[in-house]
Amino acid sequence: MSIERPRGSRAVAAPELPGVDPRAHRLVEARDHSGELRSWHLLDSAPLLAERGVTPRGTLLAVHGNPTYSFLYRSLIREDIPWRVIAVDQLEMGYSERTGQARGLQDRITDLSLLTDALGVRGPVVTVGHDWGGIVSVGWALDNRHDVIGMILTNTGIHQELGESLPKALQLATAPAMLPLSTSVTDAFLRTTIALSRPALPQEVQEAYLAPYRGRSRRLGIEQFVADIPASANHPSRATLERLAGGITGMDVPTLMAWGPRDVTFSDRYLRDLIERVPHADVHRFEGASHLVWEDADVAGLVATWLHDTFGDAEHPRDAAGAGEALRPVSSFAEQAPEIHLGEAITRRAQDPATADQPAVVELGARPGESRRISWSLLSERTEDLAAGMRAHGIMPGDRVSVLVTPGADLTAVLYACLRLGAVAVIADAGLGTDGLTRAVIGSHPDWIIGIEKALVGARALGWPGRRISVPQLPTVDRAALDVETSVAELAEEGRQMRALGAGIDAPWPDQDADAAVLFTSGSTGPAKGAVLTHRQMGAMFAAVGDTLDLEADRGLVAGFAPFALLGPALGAPSVVPDMDITRPGDLTAPALAAAVEALGVPAVFTAPAALRNIIDTADQLDETGRAALARVPSFFSAGAPIPAPLLRELRGVMPGARALTPYGMTECLAVAAIDLEGIEAAGDGPGVCVGTAVPRTEIAIAVMDGEGATTGEITTDPDRTGEILVRAPHVRDRYLMLWGTTARASRFEGWHATGDVGHLDPAGRLWVEGRTAHVLATAQGLVTPVRVESAAESVPTVRRAGAAAVGPRGTQQVVVILETQDGYRPGKARTPHPAETALQEAVRQAVAQATGIEVAAVFTTASLPTDIRHNSKIDRAALSAWSEATLQGRKAPAL
Amino acid sequence: MSRRVLVTGASGMLGGAVATALRDRGDDVRAFQRRPAGLPGVRDVQGSLADADDVRRAADGVDAIVHLAAKVSFAGPEEEFRAVNVGGTRHVLDALRAHGGGRLVNISSPSVAHLGTSIVGLDATPADPERARGSYARTKAAAELEAMAADGTDDLLVTSLRPHIVWGPGDTQLVGRIVDRGRRGTLPILDDGMALIDTTYVDNAASAIVAGLDAIEDVHGESFVITNGEPRTVRDVLGGFCEAAGVPRPTRRIPGSLARLAGRVVEKVWEIRPGEDEPPMTEFLAEQMSTAHWFDQRRTRERLRWTPAVSFDEGLERLSRWFAEHPVVGSA
Repeated sequence: MSIERPRGSRAVAAPELPGVDPRAHRLVEARDHSGELRSWHLLDSAPLLAERGVTPRGTLLAVHGNPTYSFLYRSLIREDIPWRVIAVDQLEMGYSERTGQARGLQDRITDLSLLTDALGVRGPVVTVGHDWGGIVSVGWALDNRHDVIGMILTNTGIHQELGESLPKALQLATAPAMLPLSTSVTDAFLRTTIALSRPALPQEVQEAYLAPYRGRSRRLGIEQFVADIPASANHPSRATLERLAGGITGMDVPTLMAWGPRDVTFSDRYLRDLIERVPHADVHRFEGASHLVWEDADVAGLVATWLHDTFGDAEHPRDAAGAGEALRPVSSFAEQAPEIHLGEAITRRAQDPATADQPAVVELGARPGESRRISWSLLSERTEDLAAGMRAHGIMPGDRVSVLVTPGADLTAVLYACLRLGAVAVIADAGLGTDGLTRAVIGSHPDWIIGIEKALVGARALGWPGRRISVPQLPTVDRAALDVETSVAELAEEGRQMRALGAGIDAPWPDQDADAAVLFTSGSTGPAKGAVLTHRQMGAMFAAVGDTLDLEADRGLVAGFAPFALLGPALGAPSVVPDMDITRPGDLTAPALAAAVEALGVPAVFTAPAALRNIIDTADQLDETGRAALARVPSFFSAGAPIPAPLLRELRGVMPGARALTPYGMTECLAVAAIDLEGIEAAGDGPGVCVGTAVPRTEIAIAVMDGEGATTGEITTDPDRTGEILVRAPHVRDRYLMLWGTTARASRFEGWHATGDVGHLDPAGRLWVEGRTAHVLATAQGLVTPVRVESAAESVPTVRRAGAAAVGPRGTQQVVVILETQDGYRPGKARTPHPAETALQEAVRQAVAQATGIEVAAVFTTASLPTDIRHNSKIDRAALSAWSEATLQGRKAPAL
Repeated sequence: MSRRVLVTGASGMLGGAVATALRDRGDDVRAFQRRPAGLPGVRDVQGSLADADDVRRAADGVDAIVHLAAKVSFAGPEEEFRAVNVGGTRHVLDALRAHGGGRLVNISSPSVAHLGTSIVGLDATPADPERARGSYARTKAAAELEAMAADGTDDLLVTSLRPHIVWGPGDTQLVGRIVDRGRRGTLPILDDGMALIDTTYVDNAASAIVAGLDAIEDVHGESFVITNGEPRTVRDVLGGFCEAAGVPRPTRRIPGSLARLAGRVVEKVWEIRPGEDEPPMTEFLAEQMSTAHWFDQRRTRERLRWTPAVSFDEGLERLSRWFAEHPVVGSA
């Protein structure tokens, strides 16, 4: 390079940095790979541990990337990490020496090993790496294999496929003409990097990142680092990179990968590559976090939990073998359902001459000619055909297949083919919206997308990963435009031919403990999470629903709500999908439902909660036959959200013979409890929503909370104790997909799934749900759930509906009540709440104090309370809290 | 065991309540102030807090001092505040030392730690004489630091209690002025008056001080904020006082930012031309009336083994009865 190198400058004492204990700064001298004595700056928590009298469990050796420095890892120095943290500034970087020499990847790895020798670091060590420092940390780990007991990798990349180009952002920066300009002449690269954080970094933190890189000579290391990216096959560092890429696959130590997916450089593609190399890794994607994931998300908190669960502490060390126990699936603690493999019923019905030609799935159209009827033998054939065709096309057991198909015969066939083959079906609800669906699809790293045309257009436009397969066979033009390889129709045909030649799938159905499907949560409680269910757990889920309803297979079921179209085949029960836009379950009409019932005789009926209103409203369109058909319905089940008793009562007018059940459950455990109308009436009014008793093989308990609303660790089934609802069942999810920390948190009570809901059991063993744990009000007078305050406020005659929120720190919060009044209620757009009249305030205060013992600080009235978009009936408590926090500090808040 | 207690500033509403409460439970109570407090059963000792000898004489033979006397005002030259608030506290400490030590319940104010931003559910934070707002708060902060520094030295046991916005029947300072302005229609509500503030009914403040005196062996060296623990919006507090006095609730609204600006101007002017009454608005007052300040009372109640006996609403009822017996006279 033609630039004249300035003379080196020694490491310098770092100035005071925000969030860094000055005692952690350290300057150390060590020889580098060329034998020269070099001075390093690093953060070393040893003196802080000694002061606290903590014996470290081991050492965290943290290596930063480009263009950051040890400051990136300041959050690792915290009380709940009883490890010695050594975070180095690599030579030429941060506050370490500027030697004027260019350093290649292998040089940096050797430099680091010589430094750790000088420091006397020896096992057990967990390496920590970010960005290009991740590669250096892996190099150190391979060279010091005997000391390494774990690895932590964050937004990094180990291998660059030769054919693949560098991420665009790096292409530009590494172009020879651009390199010095972007990296050292100006501080553009540096500023761009720190500008990536979301939300933006505080000013003082930005300053701290810039501080060691003021002046071109101090930035030369940044330039050299970028120049050392081995983009081409003949790059000098290429051989080292390939050695590391191969070597890491042999590292069988516990590994944590924490990722910010909003990274233009080290995108999900690199995470995917790393997971393939280290399949046993615990992975946590922080949805929304960027390249500087250490700044954007609580990575240090995750690391603290992971280190503790994996390695224990110095007094009670845990070895890698025991670590798996920490996250033993909740379902394995429960009474198991009779084991069925998911395709067993289909095969049985198809082989039984009495049922082979009976319908398995019926899709009703608007006119009789438009209906599709698929018999058990056809479903069985089609599943085997499609599975064979998919397998021949290259879809492997364990591959993730994002299934974007509207419910009906096609979806049933695709899903059962995936299950048969052992591919993992990823199912995300279109209700997540485009953004949510995109996050879910991308975040699940699908190998394949099987979709209807509309979904494939979206996949193309939004850059969803995965090889694409359409449902119907598409014209060549569309196929090219959508980058579609083949279609379900073609795969089934190919599979049929292969089977005719005796080349079907000869493997048995997948192992019961293999992953079966990933179901995405609704996203109403934060970003949607993918719940992974094994074959065993899915079978148990179907069994739980069937047993709860006393479902008689021979009678069949009407699937007015898409997910239940999958239930029938597993239970051997014929399913009818009514004539409706299946993506809009709320539009189901009474005549359409009656026609579906008529097709089967006396089936059980499943609908979405949103459909009930419409069914009741369209009941007057029923003819005599329709009314008679609905009168025969023996049982009715509405899944998704609890149904209020008045609505169930109205429904009785339409289906007078049906036992109407309304459930409580969540994606992670679809059926927890259920209750019928008689049960609701017997339970009467109380705090929260009574959702009944546990379904078969399911247990419910309450995690007791302290004064600030945190669970104490005590678990109880005593009546009338409010706390977090815990569930144990054979159909509880195995884990969350690439959310290790979330799984650990939801499984922190061994053998229980912590739901995040709050409620209590009554003396009759019925569960009452009182909302989300995050909304519990932690006042100085004690804990109270919003619903208790709200139902007390609603007992005041002029009050139509009440919403409760709290302001201030947990444990000493003040309660705020916002009311819709009978006279003032005006549905519609956002308004600013006003202070309630004195008399109304007093009435509400008294009612709440009497019912709960809690003092209310302020009472407001508003035209209409904000509702949660995804659950039209729920009050948006987060919005109420935000408004109250601002307003009651004397700040202006946007209208509610 | 009955104690001999000196109460400074007993002519004020809170001082009178404390002296009365101590007397009622059998303590031997002396009251120290410039004018006689005239409380039955309480011996008046007249004198000036600015005079070290006066204070020493008054404290002769007492076990404990409850030090309430201070220059409370929203405006005026800082030296005057310093002389009374810091100098007076020093004299109180010296007086105890001169008699071989004793207990001091130093009555301070949450404003010693109020830096102008919202206080939302905080416990007592350190007094900050540099950054507290206004002469009163700055000098009370310095006084508190000095008193607390003396704890544990020379057989002194010191605790500081910071009652927040004390009100009650007969209060001419806060309630009197608010009602008076309300009657004249000149009581402004800053912004929408939505900021949440804690207040303390006088009897609760008095019982907390007695509790502090009794618990001082345990709690010396600590500072506590004292409130009812029932924050209400500013408009509800002001409205409640007015309603209790039979005066319409205030309706005049002005933006808080404007009031703060006006307050700053008024403060400047007032320093040069001190008048008979307080200025209508000071920056400090504007902040107090437009930002939240309410407190975490858990430590206070636990450590002092005290809970307020009179709720905010009960307090308003008592205030209302008092106004019925003492009708407000004056021009409407």
